[in-house]
Parts: sequence; C-alpha cells; structure tokens
Amino acid sequence: MTTKKTDAIVIGAGWAGSILAKELTEAGLSVTILERGEDRATAVEGDYPTSIDELRGAIRHRLFQNLSQSTVTIRNTTDQVAVPYRRLAAFLPGEGVGGAGLHWSGVHFRVAPDDLALRTNVIAKYGKNFIPEGMNLQDYDVTYEELEPFFDKAEKVFGTSGEPYTIKGKVAGTGNPFAPDRSDAFPLPAMKDVYSASIFKKAAANVGYHPYSLPAANASAQYTNPYGVQMGPCNFCGYCSGYDCYMYSKASPNVNILPALRQDPKFTLITKAHVLKVDLDSDGKKATGVTYLDLRTNQEVQLKADLVIISAFQFHNVHLMLLSGIGEPYDPVKNTGTIGRNFVYQTITTSRAWLPSKQYTNLFVGAGGAGVAIDDFNSMNFDHGPLGFVGGSPVWVNQAGVKPIAAAIGGPGGKAPTWGEGYKDAMVETYRHSLTIDAHGSNMAYRDIYLDLDPTYKNAYGQPLLRMTFTWKDNDIRMNQYVVSKIEPIMKELGATRYALGTLHANDVFDTRRYQTTHLGGGAVMGADPKTSAINRYLQSWDVSNVFVIGASAFPQGMGYNPTGMVAALAYWAAYHIRTTYLKNPGPMVQA
Amino acid sequence: MKMPSPTRRHFIGGLLGSASFWLYSDHKVWADALAVGNAGPYAPRYFNKEEWRFLNAACERIYPTDAHGPGARGLGAPEFIDRQMDTAYGRGELWYMSGPFVSAPANLGYQLSLPPREVYRQGIAGADAYVRAHHDGRSFADLEAAEQTAVLKEFEHGEMALGAVPAHLLFEQLRQNTLEGVFSDPLYGGNKGLAGWTLLGFPGARADFMDWVNQEGAAYPFGPVSISGETA
Ligand SMILES: Cc1cc2nc3c(=O)[nH]c(=O)nc-3n(C[C@H](O)[C@H](O)[C@H](O)COP(=O)(O)OP(=O)(O)OC[C@H]3O[C@@H](n4cnc5c(N)ncnc54)[C@H](O)[C@@H]3O)c2cc1C
Ligand code: SF4
Repeated sequence: MTTKKTDAIVIGAGWAGSILAKELTEAGLSVTILERGEDRATAVEGDYPTSIDELRGAIRHRLFQNLSQSTVTIRNTTDQVAVPYRRLAAFLPGEGVGGAGLHWSGVHFRVAPDDLALRTNVIAKYGKNFIPEGMNLQDYDVTYEELEPFFDKAEKVFGTSGEPYTIKGKVAGTGNPFAPDRSDAFPLPAMKDVYSASIFKKAAANVGYHPYSLPAANASAQYTNPYGVQMGPCNFCGYCSGYDCYMYSKASPNVNILPALRQDPKFTLITKAHVLKVDLDSDGKKATGVTYLDLRTNQEVQLKADLVIISAFQFHNVHLMLLSGIGEPYDPVKNTGTIGRNFVYQTITTSRAWLPSKQYTNLFVGAGGAGVAIDDFNSMNFDHGPLGFVGGSPVWVNQAGVKPIAAAIGGPGGKAPTWGEGYKDAMVETYRHSLTIDAHGSNMAYRDIYLDLDPTYKNAYGQPLLRMTFTWKDNDIRMNQYVVSKIEPIMKELGATRYALGTLHANDVFDTRRYQTTHLGGGAVMGADPKTSAINRYLQSWDVSNVFVIGASAFPQGMGYNPTGMVAALAYWAAYHIRTTYLKNPGPMVQA
Repeated sequence: MKMPSPTRRHFIGGLLGSASFWLYSDHKVWADALAVGNAGPYAPRYFNKEEWRFLNAACERIYPTDAHGPGARGLGAPEFIDRQMDTAYGRGELWYMSGPFVSAPANLGYQLSLPPREVYRQGIAGADAYVRAHHDGRSFADLEAAEQTAVLKEFEHGEMALGAVPAHLLFEQLRQNTLEGVFSDPLYGGNKGLAGWTLLGFPGARADFMDWVNQEGAAYPFGPVSISGETA
C-alpha cells in the first residue's frame, strides 16, 4: 500500500466533482480527483463520423458504467430477494472523466421553489393529513433566494440557452411563467423549436396551457464561458443522449470545466482509480483520506487529505457512505438512521401522436435539451386539494434525436405488430409521422423504499453491492395518470390522426428492463434534522464534518424537473460555503 | 466511385434461379449478381451449419422481405449477429455475470448465467428439437414461412425451456439482434446498401440538421450516408 497526501480529495470527475475541484483549487487548495474510469476527450470519443454510431454508442453503451465490475441489486419490496441489475436498461450511470455529464442530454432546469419546502407547503395548503401514511415528505432547508446566485453561475458555466420570464421582478421574455425570478438573462437565447415542438407549443397554448422552450445546456450560438472555454453552436445532430457531442455544443465537465482545471498546477486527476472507501480516524468523526484501487496496477493506494468530497453520482455516493461507515445506515423497520433513507426516482411515461401522412416529424432531428414544455401541472402550480396526491410533472416534447435501432426495438407503438408482417408499414408511419409527449414527474419518498448493502452479491473488488428496494406507489401513479389526462386536449388540438396515452397503471411495479431516466435521487438527503437527513444545508455530513456529499443524493424527494441544474447549483452553493466559512474554521457548519 | 449497392446484390442473389429473377435482369443486375457469386456467401465464424440455417430463417421472419424491400437476410442481419458473437457483448463481458443466479420476477431483468452466444447455442438447439418434436421431424428452417411465424409467435410469450433458455428470452434475443443488424451502420455487417435506413428515412451519419430544425413538416430530402461514406 502506497500513501500520499493532498489538501482535498474529490471522488468522481462528473459534474459535481469537477465543480468542487474547480472551486477548491481557486481557493488555493491542492485537489486530487479520483475517477474510476478512463480519461475522456471529445477529440477521441466525439470524433466525427466514428462517434455517429448508434450501435456502439447508445446500444452497447460505450460511455456508460461497465456493470461487469460493479452494479446494484434491485427488488421491489422488502419481502423479496434482490437480484443484480445485470444489464444496463432502466437507468444508465456514467463512468470515466465527465461521468454521466458527458453523455447526458442537456435539459437544464433550476428548481420549482415550492419543491424546496414541499412538506411545509403541502401542510400549509392542505393540512398534515393530506400526506399519505408512510410518505417521508421533507424540506431541503435551503431557499430559492439563497440558491439563485448559484443557479445563475451554473448556467453561465454551462452556456445554457433559454428564454427568461422575469428578471429582477420584471417580465423580460416569453419563457415559463411558473419559473422563479432570475437575477440575469440566460447566457444564450433559447434553442429553436423543432417542428414537432412548435406544433405542440401552438396546441398547448390554444388549450389554455403555458408552453415555453426548454432551457438547454446545448449552445444556441458560439459561447465562451467564465472559465474561458469555448462552445460551438449546436446543429441539432441528435447525438446528445448517450454520446460525446462532436460539435462542443453540449455542456459537459470535459468541455466546460476541465480544460481550465487541467492547467492548474494545484490540480491532479488520477483516472482508473476506484475509491473503495473513505478512511476515518479511530473515533469515526473525521475522514483521514481515502483508499482506492489503482485499476492499472491492481494496487491499493491510501491518499490522505483534510477534506473529502464524495461526488460519485447519487447511488454511488450512498454506497461509499455505507462502505465507509459515515453516518448511521437507515433501518426501515425501526425507522432509524439516515444513510439510504428517502431513495427516490422519477416517474416518466410517453404518449404518442400520429400526424397526417403529409406531415413529417423528422424524428432524427433534435437536441438533447431542446423542446417545448408546460409547467401547468408541475410542483404546486395547480390545486391538489380535490386530487388527493402530492407532486406533479412537467409535460413536454423533447425530441432529442430518435435513432433507428432504438426506434425499431421500441416498436411502432399502439397496437401495431412489433415484428413480422405489418411491422415495416407501422414503423415507417411512426418514424416519419409521429411525435412523442412525455410526462416527466416527481416521485415521493416512502418509509419502505431505500438503499442498503446487499447481503449476497459483491463487486469485482469483493465489496457488497448496493441494494435498491424500489417500486411505484399509489400517490405517484395517480399523479402520473392525472397529468397524462391533461395531455389529451393537446392531442386533439394538434391534429393527430390518432394518439396513444402512456400512463402508469394501478399496482405497476418498477420494471428494470426498460429505460426510464437516470434521475435517481435521495439516499443521503439534506435537511435541518440529523434524524431525517444525512447532510446539513451545506451538504456537509452531520457525522463526519470534513466530508461533503454532493449530488442528487441530497434531494429529499424526486422532483418533476431534471436534476442536473439543481445538482450544479447545490455544488456551487456548498463550495461557496466551504470557501467562505468552512476553510477558515473547519468543523460542523450547523450544530446538530 | 460509387460502390454497387450490396443490398441489391444480396437481394438479387437470393432471387437467382427463381422466376422473379428475370424481372430484374438488366445488364447491371447481371453484373452485380455475378459479383456476389465471386465474393461467395458469408461464412459464419461462430454459428455451425444447423444454427446458421435456423438464424437465417428466424431473422427473415422477424424482418421479412416484402414490397418495401429486402428482409433481414438480404440486409445481412445474420452476418451481423454472427460477428457480434465474438465481441465483448457476445461474450457477456458488458454484463454483471457473477452468481448466485436465481430466478426472479421478469420485471427484475435478465438473471441467466448465459451470455448472448450461449443463449443462441443452447436456445437454437432447444428450439430445433422442439420444432422437430411438433412438426414431424422437420427443423425450423425446413418449415414453411407461415409455420415459422407461428412457431416464433409461440416462442414470443412462451415459457417452455429451449435448452436452458426460456423461449421468450430466445425470441427477445433474436428480435433485438435482428433489428440491430437491420438498422446499425453497415460497418458491423448488416444494413447492406443502407436499405434499413432508407426505409425509415434516417439519414445515417449526416448529423447536421441546422437547416432542418423546422421546415413546417416537410420531409427531409437527403438519403443516408454511412460512417465510411457509402450512400444510398
Ligand atoms: C442518457 C442520460 C441523459 C441525461 N439527461 C439529463 C438531462 O437532460 N438533464 C439533466 O438534468 N440530467 C440528465 N441526466 C442526468 C445527469 O447526467 C446527472 O444528473 C449528472 O451527470 C450527475 O452528476 P454527478 O456529478 O452527480 O455524477 P456523474 O456525472 O455521473 O459523475 C460521477 C463520477 O463518479 C465516478 N465514480 C463513481 N464511483 C466511483 C468510485 N468508487 N471511485 C472513483 N470514481 C467513481 C463515476 O465513474 C463518474 O465519472 C442524464 C443522464 C443520462 C445517463
Ligand atoms: S444535438 Fe447539438 S448539443 Fe447535441 S450532440 Fe448534436 S450538436 Fe451537440
């Protein structure tokens, strides 16, 4: 075992890790990122035309986590035996420099402010009895006003394209009227709406909803960010999701942060370094560094540091905390402990409209973050009183570029054959003349939905796998059904020759075989009470004060919006308080 | 130089000797068909002779030749699958393959210890045995097209064991890999002549739609290009 020393260790070179590493080097610390995967550069993984390869990219998962080394186990309910998630399908964690931030799509939201204090808001509006038995509804213990400067900063780093609604309290554009107030405009104007999004926009407005162009971390024009790195204009090639953008137009840690960081002599990036655990001192109150496996030499290395940032992606964060003994593991029976508690996901269902045969939707045209959405049924933007559920969904056309293998395997939809006679006719109609509308919604936290260590299965390094106990619950199924029912008038208005509404159904169980989203959340949530949260409002571990845990693992419940805008804002928020408060006087920043 | 379309060559190759061949017999087609003869048919590297017959027949039923154009055989999907067997994917190296392997509800995903190449090896042997037992000794490839389709329909939702493979899993494997072969870049041996993409109107590796973000519903006018620059 080799031993070395640095001021700060950052685990994982994704969005959260790159932001923290940049901020901490700016503060004068020596910072080492440990990343278990390969180094990645757009000049290699995004090389044109070899990167424009669906089989190697999104189908064989070139840039994603290699499950042969480590995965999770999954069961729906506590009385089942969990089995390994052997093949990538439902969610697609990243690996290698950039993390999932290299192959994400780029829908770049802030937060619906009501979601930050959802428990307080629901009780204030509907009373305590409105919260179903077994639902762990919680607040973040941070306000939108506190986070606003960091949303603004993240958008400027990402080169986000969007249309504002209000800036400093004044209407400044035709953006989302439900969006919270902004201190500044988006750095770039909104992306253009593809044809299918444009007809959705018209139809949704005619129905009386409030459509807006999605904020996208796809550059609508050439851009230089505050770190001096450049992005080129997006050409709607459709290869965001699952790929490295060959145009340098989609924000990624690789394009937007790391080029600046790599030049800093205080910064070290070690790849093929799989962190096994955070090392703690004898009383378990302070981290002394980490132990990682050098995957090139198969040697264990101990790296000492004063500060450890866990930013390895939502469920890897929780896994590392459990493996390291940071905080008390959650026990759903006794309802004690916090690590693994409030594990959440998102609901998503897709509805399809077929248009007359003279209208072509050219589904392959698109950008990962672009599209048109409505927020009329998201968060607390509508009256839940008579509906009896908590949560909501944005609804959108987010035509990210549909490629033929995925389309063919997905099938033509409706009642059409999925192979053999009649299949080609139906596929041609669907691929050329249809569009899809998603309800991409919240998922609440429940007492018996959680993460812990699996008793049986191990990773390639001999450590227990993380176990997910997860399924859909009545509240969220009914929320989805309600929101999808609100899509029907749009379908009628946009001149569909026929349409199929996709919803969750009563008693549906979570199906691991079908891609849903990679928007997993919770498990190490932030909050005001150490009994129900793993980290405080600055994302600092309640138990080990020189460990900060950054990622969607901090979300107390799954929100309707995509998570990365919120992850980035929380990363800048935590970094700001580490720089201005923690480093001056290391120790707990909130007294438990 | 524009390469002669391999799809056409294969398609025509399949028709050689049949009455319909003569409908296509202009000079160019003759030359193409002969070129096929010279190149020789693809010789599978993983699948044995019986497996290869099964695979060709099954792929073609999943994605048949019809008025729209060539089916999976003409497009080279069996060749694609054969070549995939000798990749990290075919060997199951992209999957978590540590035990114990236990049976679990279908919604929790694949739980067999078999990589794709073994799913085929055991599944095809099992499928042919099953077909012989139920169709007076004939193997799957010897059945009439309609009978083959009926068998695949049985497999599609069937729980019967074909070797160690539940029938629906063999079917799923076949369907997925056939469609991958039809619609992936020709680099991998399928989608010959880009005919899979042409059917859907997918432009392949063009990947630049700056001017086509919104043309008010007009059809995109350009045909596909492959990674190697082949056009159709
Ligand atoms: C296909 C796809 C599309 C998406 N689209 C969107 C979208 O449109 N909008 C949106 O908001 N979000 C989207 N997301 C989600 C987004 O990618 C994540 O929210 C974001 O990347 C999270 O950042 P992170 O830093 O927490 O994790 P990551 O970016 O995943 O980075 C974590 C890194 O940690 C490394 N790591 C893990 N464990 C260890 C270990 N033990 N030792 C060393 N290193 C380790 C990983 O290899 C990885 O590189 C998408 C995700 C996917 C997969
Ligand atoms: S659609 Fe735009 S942002 Fe996405 S990969 Fe293509 S050029 Fe890049």
